[in-house]
Parts: sequence; structure tokens; C-alpha cells
Amino acid sequence: MGHPEKAAEFIANDERMHWHDKALWFVREKRDLASHRLDEWEELREVAKQIKTHTINKLDFYLEEFEKNAKKKGLHVHWAKDAKEHNEIVLKLLLSRGAKKLVKSKSMLTEECHLNPYLENNGIEVVDTDLGERIVQLRDEAPSHIVLPAIHLKKEEVGKTFEKFLKTEKDNCDPTYLTRAARTHLREKFLNADASLTGVNFGIAETGGVVVCTNEGNADLGASLPKLHIASMGIEKIIPRLTDLSVFTRLLARSATGQPITSYTSHFHAPVEGGEMHIIIVDNGRSDIIQNDDFKQSLHCIRCGACINTCPVYRRSGGHSYGYTIPGPIGSTLGASKDLRTNKTLPFACTLCASCSNVCPIKIDLHNQLYKHRQSVVKAGLLGAKKYAVLKVATWVMKHPMLLDFGGSMARKIVPKLPRSILYSKANIWGKKRELPKFPKKSFKELYKEREENK
Amino acid sequence: MTSRESILNNIKKNIPSSTIELPDTNIPHTSYKDKNKQFAISLKSVGGDAVWLEDESIDEFVEKNYQNSEVIVSTCKEFTGETKNANIPNTPHPLKNVDLAVIKAEFAVAENGAVWIKNSDNRHRALYFLATKLLIIIDKNNIVDTMHEAYEQITFDKKGYGVFISGPSKTADIEQALVIGAHGPTSACVLFVRKVSY
Repeated sequence: MGHPEKAAEFIANDERMHWHDKALWFVREKRDLASHRLDEWEELREVAKQIKTHTINKLDFYLEEFEKNAKKKGLHVHWAKDAKEHNEIVLKLLLSRGAKKLVKSKSMLTEECHLNPYLENNGIEVVDTDLGERIVQLRDEAPSHIVLPAIHLKKEEVGKTFEKFLKTEKDNCDPTYLTRAARTHLREKFLNADASLTGVNFGIAETGGVVVCTNEGNADLGASLPKLHIASMGIEKIIPRLTDLSVFTRLLARSATGQPITSYTSHFHAPVEGGEMHIIIVDNGRSDIIQNDDFKQSLHCIRCGACINTCPVYRRSGGHSYGYTIPGPIGSTLGASKDLRTNKTLPFACTLCASCSNVCPIKIDLHNQLYKHRQSVVKAGLLGAKKYAVLKVATWVMKHPMLLDFGGSMARKIVPKLPRSILYSKANIWGKKRELPKFPKKSFKELYKEREENK
Repeated sequence: MTSRESILNNIKKNIPSSTIELPDTNIPHTSYKDKNKQFAISLKSVGGDAVWLEDESIDEFVEKNYQNSEVIVSTCKEFTGETKNANIPNTPHPLKNVDLAVIKAEFAVAENGAVWIKNSDNRHRALYFLATKLLIIIDKNNIVDTMHEAYEQITFDKKGYGVFISGPSKTADIEQALVIGAHGPTSACVLFVRKVSY
């Protein structure tokens, strides 16, 4: 099933669709307020873009710098070319140290690698500790958003889930009560964990350390209690200098949730006393995206989710409709780069309104990328037959102005007289859930001509 | 070929011969007439409190404001009311019952209510996240405008861990309702004092 089919399931519940739309727009508005408070916002975006452009163009150099400096600090560095190798490295680290219980903090990379099922099949207990991720893990769902994993759920649904798994009071869905219940439940998991795994927001080449940004404190509790800390990092997370963080920490949380900074911005350059810290550098298709000048900017992403919150399609179709690890505009371009055939509908889950590109803190040209991916879909012959035929006919008509004028004048006469049963028949895909606009008496061309003549 | 080589080789295939220069990160930026006031506003917005101590001692402040805290630990020499030494246990786990941790921070950032913590004499970093309440002590002169000034002051030459903390832990993962106190501390107060020994 592609995006349109899965989106149709989501919008079948009209009330939920509007609720979801509003929830995301609320976050977008908080982002606007936070960014408008800084006069230098646009300059920050520009500098961030320059840093990322420079870095991706010298990524081999900075990855080696990072490795060298991390090793100097006593950290272990591993390289994984794909998801399989990443998962095997994690399992080997756990098994060789007799670790059976793993606490994880948010990492979209491990979602992408399907790490959890792999470890569970090999006898490891994996607990996602971010509240939203724990909720979706208990429900056996995927996160529907990269920053707000459970944004698709209502508190009543979370209450029911906790009733079943955490034995909370029946029908109590107060967010504070549920959060406290999760706190108690997860404290035990943290204190009994043998190892922790975190994602990485930034890897600093100059110092050889990694930075993790969270609000809940789960990554920090995980990384500071057990002796073994594994950090999984995509190759594109590298930044050259420590001071680059002055730009990125100012942009990240403001763009994500409208906070001036996350509650915790932890800089890890050493393991806990008597412990060990391992960093796994993961490619999994990223270095292939570097090969393509049209799409390599998508590797500049810092995963704030601003493009997702603002996207009119995401807000009304929900994260699960994309069927890719990362939803929304950034996920649609990354997914299409990774596997065009599987993700062929994603570049079309877009109105080309460009709001994503306008809110992106790194100024990634997201809507242009989706437009280019559409062309690849057509060239690869992956466009649906009906859509392809309609577009072919439209192209032909538009190339013949006389025909277009004639067709237009006929349509203006006939369409308003047609009964709804014909007008909104199955053949009219556009008319699903949409009303045709009122037809004008005259075309723009006719009106313009009249105006010129009357001058 | 190792995975390391294959990844680096694949990247090198499309590395342009030249690229743009790394920009200066210290761009012209916001500064505040009253940094203290801005810090208090920022911290309040993320659920924390800022207090400037005048004649009172830290001990007196704790006695007055944290009456129900039984287990108190401290990394700050200016405070003498600790009931337990956090550096004695060999693992951080026994710190799970800490009600109040009095910790010192190096400096505060006005734009976002964050403080930089890098206690070189604290053995277990888990303390900052296990304690139910945090009281963060800072020299009142150590406050900067933005993260630009903040990162000028940071190095990782000696101690490998450091964290910016901005308010208590929090989440809005259930229907966007803000709940203060997720996995870490449920309250965080930043106390500015005349002098702190580092």
C-alpha cells in the first residue's frame, strides 16, 4: 500500500484527522514564536547551512578526524556499512559482556536498522525509555513522528495501554498520572540495565565526542548507570568544531518544539567510571546519497521535525501513512533516495507549498528534492497507469492553446449542469473529499482581453 | 576491504575538489541589557526557578526551602548540610534515593536558562539525573548572553563529560500536555551566590 491508500485510512476518521492537524500546528506555532525572538535567526540558518555543506563535502576527512580523536579519549569506534552489520556489532558487544538487559533512548537510526526485533530474537530485553517511544513499543507500533513518537495517540489510548502493561488505574488518562507511572516503571529498568544505547545528535570531529539532546533525561540516566554505553551515529551527524554547537544548539530545540534549548545537552567524551563507551558509525545507504548532487543536502538534516510539523499533508495523514522510518518531507526525500520503487508514492505526498524548506533550520531545499524525485519516479516508469495517462492527456491539451480554450469553454457550460452522481463518480479522483470550485462565466484569457480592449 | 574503507571510499567518489570555507560561528547576535532578568525569564519558561542569594547562606536557603528532603548530597563546598557523601559508593545505583542534590555549575546562559555542569570532583554523573530535586549553585558573576559565549568557555581536555541543564526534566509525549518531571529531577532551582570555589 502506498501513501494515498494509508492516508485514506487515517482520514476516514474526520474528527481525529482535525485533532491531529491542530496538535501539530500548535507545535509549529511554538516554533514560530521561538524563532522570531532572535533577530539573527536567518543568519543562524545560513551559517548552519554553510557548516553542513562544508562538512558533507569533506566528510571522509572529518570522519577520520572524529575516529582519531575519539580513540585518543579512550572511546571505541566501530564502522557499519549497513543495518545488518550495525545490529551484529551491537549484539556482539552485549553478548561478549554478558549483557541481557538494554535500555535505549531515542534513536531513529536503530528504528531504521530494525534493531529491537533483532536483539529480542537473540534473547536481549530491549526497553525504549523515551516516554513516547515506550508507549508505541508497548503497543507494538512504530513511532509516527521523529520528535513526538506518540503524537497520533489520544490520552485515553495511552491510558488503556498503561492499564494493560503497567497496571495503572482503570480509565485514568491524566497525562501527569500516566507520566509518573512510566517514571516508576522505567526507573526500575534503568537501575537494572546491563547496557545502554543512545542515538547521537552531533559527533564533534575536533574533540572526538558525541552530543545527545533530550528533555526527559532518559538518555542520560541510561548512559550513566550501566557500565556499557553504545552510541549509534549516522555518518552525517559529524560537525567539525565544538563551537559549531553554538549554532546548532540555538536552532535545534527552537525548531523542534519552540523551547530555547532541550533540558539536557550532554557531551560524552568518556565512559562512566570503570565502564566503556562504543560509538558505531553507520552508513546504511547514506554515502550513496552523497553521490547525487540533487539530494545530498538531505544529509544536512539535524532531525528537528519542523518540516514534519508544518507539512499540510503530514498533519492530515499521520506519520504511519508514509510507511517509512522517518515521515514527512525529510523522510519522503530520504526514503525515495534509498529505495525509489518501495517509496514511489512519497514524493507525491506533497503539495509543493515549500513550507518545509522555509522552516528548515538548515535551509534544506526539501520541496525541490521532492519535485525532482517525482521526475525520477516517472522516468523509472513507476507512476500509476491512470495518473500517467491523465498527465499525458493534460500535457497534450496544454500544448494546443485552441483546444484548451475550446475545452475550457465547453466545461464552463456543461459541468455546472451535470448531476453530482456523474460529477463525483469514481472516475473523478480529484473530487474525493473535495468540492469543485464554482465555475466562472468567462476564462481568465477572455477577461484579460476585455480589459485590454476597454482601456 | 573493511567496512571502514568501503564507507570512506564510497564517500570519496563524489567529494568535490574544493568546498566552501567553514564560516565563523560567532555571528552578530542578541545580547541582553539585564542578563539576570533574561535568565530568570528563560528558566521560568522551562519550569525552573532562579534565585539570587543576598545575605542568607546556602545552608539557610536549603533549610528553609527543602524541609522534606531527607537524603541530601552535595558537590559544592559552600554547602555543609549533606547527609550522605555521593562519592563513596563505587557505582551510582545507591544514589537512587537522593531527595536533593546540591551541585555547582560553572556558568549560566541568559538566552535559554541553561547552566553548564562539569564537576570534576563528582564521581557519578548519574547523580544529576537520579536526584528528585536539583539545587544548582553558581557564582553570580558567571552569566553569559548566548550559546556563542558559552561554547567559547568549554573544553574537553581533562574531564570527558559535561552537560547543559535547562530546568527540570520534562515531557509532552502524551497529547502535548507538558508534564514536569519525566525520568530526571522533578524540580530544578538555580541559586546565584557571591562566590563559589571551583
